[in-house]
Parts: sequence; C-alpha cells; structure tokens
Amino acid sequence: MLAIIDYQAGNQTSVHRALDHLGLESVITDNPETLHQANGLIFPGVGAAGQAMGILKNRRLDLVIAELIKAGRPFLGICLGCQIMLEFSEENQTQTLGILPGHNIRFAEGQLDEDGRPIRIPHMGWNTVNLVSPTALWNGLSPEDQFYFVHSYHPVPGPGLTLGLTRHGLEFASVFGREGLWALQFHPEKSGRPGLRILSNFHRYCLEAARAK
Amino acid sequence: MLSKRIIPCLDVRNGLLTKGIKFQDNLDLGDPVEAARRYYEEGADEIVFYDITASAEDRGIFLGVVEKVAEAIFIPFSVGGGLSSVKQMRDVLLAGAEKVSLNSAAVKNPDLIAQGAAAFGSQAVVLGLDAKKVPSSDRCPSGYEVVINGGRTPTGLDALNWAQKAQELGAGEICLNSIDADGTLDGYEINLTSMISSKVTIPVIASGGAGRPEHLYQALTDGGASAALIASIVHYDQYRIKDLKDYLQERKLQVRQI
Repeated sequence: MLAIIDYQAGNQTSVHRALDHLGLESVITDNPETLHQANGLIFPGVGAAGQAMGILKNRRLDLVIAELIKAGRPFLGICLGCQIMLEFSEENQTQTLGILPGHNIRFAEGQLDEDGRPIRIPHMGWNTVNLVSPTALWNGLSPEDQFYFVHSYHPVPGPGLTLGLTRHGLEFASVFGREGLWALQFHPEKSGRPGLRILSNFHRYCLEAARAK
Repeated sequence: MLSKRIIPCLDVRNGLLTKGIKFQDNLDLGDPVEAARRYYEEGADEIVFYDITASAEDRGIFLGVVEKVAEAIFIPFSVGGGLSSVKQMRDVLLAGAEKVSLNSAAVKNPDLIAQGAAAFGSQAVVLGLDAKKVPSSDRCPSGYEVVINGGRTPTGLDALNWAQKAQELGAGEICLNSIDADGTLDGYEINLTSMISSKVTIPVIASGGAGRPEHLYQALTDGGASAALIASIVHYDQYRIKDLKDYLQERKLQVRQI
C-alpha cells in the first residue's frame, strides 16, 4: 500500500485517482501510524510554499516525514511537494523541510526561449526531461516523452542531486534526489501514459524495497 | 522547450454535450465523459469544459460530470461557465479539475480573480476574455472591447487593459476568445491574439475561429499564443488532433506526440 500524505495541498485526490486507474492500492492520510505502515510515501502539492509548510508543521507531519525518510522509506515528492523537500523557497520566503540540500527560486522574467521569444511565467504545459542520471523511475520511458508542468518557482538542488533537466529559458533540475528518494517538478498524475508509468515504477520499487527488508 | 498546446473545448448543458460529437466511425458522442476520454486518448494536451446553462440545479449535475472526467483522463482540464464565487471554484477543483475559468463574474467583480489566486494559486485561475472589435476610442484604445454573456453585453472595458489587470490580480493564464471570429472557421483573430500576448507575461490561449490546421499555426506563431483552443474542427471528425499536431510539427513547432 502507498500513502499519499494529506496536508490539504490540492492534488492528493488526482494522485489517488491515477493510482486507482492503475489498480494500485493507496490511501490519502495524515495519520502517522498509517504513514508508518505504507510501503512508500507520495508527497504531492499544489499552491504556495508558505501555507503548505504551515499546515505540515501544524499537523507535525514534518517530523513524521523526517523520521520515515531516515528509516529509508521510499519517497516521491511532486511539484510543490518536490520544492518543499529542499531547505528554502523564495516563495513567501519560507524555510522548508530540508530533506535535501538546495532551494527554490522564481523564474527570471525576460529570459528567452529557444524560439527567441520571452518565456511565459508560470511555466505551464508539456515539456521534456533530459535524464542525466539513470533511475528506476524512468524504466520504459523514452527521451521524447513529455510531462505536464505548472509552476512559477523552480528547484535548485545541491551538487550531485540533479537527475533530470528541463529547459524553460534556462535549464533547471526537474528531477532530483537519489534512488528511493525522488523529487519531480512536473505532475506525473496529469502527464498521460508516461506519467502513469512513473507512478507504477515507483510502486514497483516500493514493493521490492519492502520485500528486501 | 515547452510544447504548443492543443485544447479541445466541450460545451455542456444539463450534463450532456450541447451538440453531439460525430466521428467517421459513426460514433455519436453526447456524453462529455466519453468525449473527454476520446480526446485524451487521441493526444489532447488539455481539455476545457464550459457549463452553458449553469443554473443552480444544473451545477450539481455538472459537478458529477467533472468527477467522472477526473477518473477517466490523466491530463489537466479546466472548467468554466457561470462561476461567481470562491465556493463554486472550490467545488469544481475538489471535483477534480485543475483550473477554473472566470469570465463575466470577474468583470463584475475583479477581486474574484485575486480571491481565487490566493485560495488556490494563480495556476488554477484562468481569465476567460471575450473580445469584440470596436472603433478605437479613448475608452477602448486597443480597438477591442470586453463583452460578456456570450458576446451579447458590451462592458465598456478595453480588452488589453482588462487582460493586464487580470494578470496583476493573479490570473495564471488568459483564454482569449474573439467574438467576431468565433464560429466562422475562418481563422483566429491574429491581431487581437498578438496584441494581448505581447503585452502580458502569462500564457495566452487563442480561441475562436479555428477551421484549418494553418489557423492554429498562425495563432501559435504570429499570434504568439501558447495554446490553441479548438472545437468544430475536431468535433465532426474533419481533422484528428494528430493531424493538427503533425501539421505543426512539420513546420518546426514543438508539439507533444503520444
């Protein structure tokens, strides 16, 4: 069973529906016991960093998450969830979870895209990911696959953590972390077939990790 | 690099499509959920639903449709039509839509955009802007006036000023519909699209007038639009979404192929 961490951050139900569609069992919860029992954790999120951190702390979920990651539980952060895994966000000048080193900054206005036009902010729509380090999450995917992004801030993870790059004016880390602790800036639950494949790859990884214990 | 988006638009009344969608394999779709599934599978990048009547009674039925769509497709979709309060926006988003489109209600109460952006984030708030060509005047220097109620009611607002104000208030995107071009199949209003898209930094979806693939190309290049809204051009099987994307890709535009 996978647990989707419930902190009223918008898209928990979308992730749940996608897993349902794949026939994979999941539960949306903020109950520490249920989170401890799950084979893997999905940390979604839509909205603003400041508000999200407030709710996490209020429910003491920041502590539960830290504990489970320390114990090596597989973890997948999505969009705002991925940004909050770093130490700091320019959005609302927020101290975030600090699971991984790095911070989040706003896309700078006036940068040009490859067609010579100024980039639009938010970065909204379908874009590719240039995988720079192989990961089990990408099993069965091809470099042409595109994913749905929607964000105005982007992650800048610490050295050695970038797994995939996406270009919107500049190139930014759209996938980072390490095996078993992944952060995705895009929405796999809204990225059609390749996005669903990532969710099923994560599920498989969690099952194998649980069996290996 | 970001792909140009192709977005089919479905009009819903009492939980059914206002006009059936007819495909060559004799499939006549009246169910918005089935139509959404079809377009999802054919490579739509996003889908827009407009609730045409939006009476209180109708809204309950429509929310049921939104929930079923959310279970059937795994791409973003937005919902518009008569939304006039934060509560109504929340209902639609909780039912599974990614974005809400505000139109007439935002003209009457611009603060609704700011309230929506504060509650759900700018990415969830689309301004639906219907514009009509008028002689350029002090009141409407851009030569385009905002109209509401499906184009029947002029507002006195200048389309460009309103677009910029909506961006300031926190809209994350503008769906820009030309009332003059809408339904003509003669092409998007490129002057309008280009003027607005060059003066805002948020993405602009061109809407109204798509009848041939080159119309999409014009809107996405000369018009500067990030996305093209389509309806009749695909609803009656004249073109498949794949045909449109192939056409754009052959002309070096970045699209998403599935």
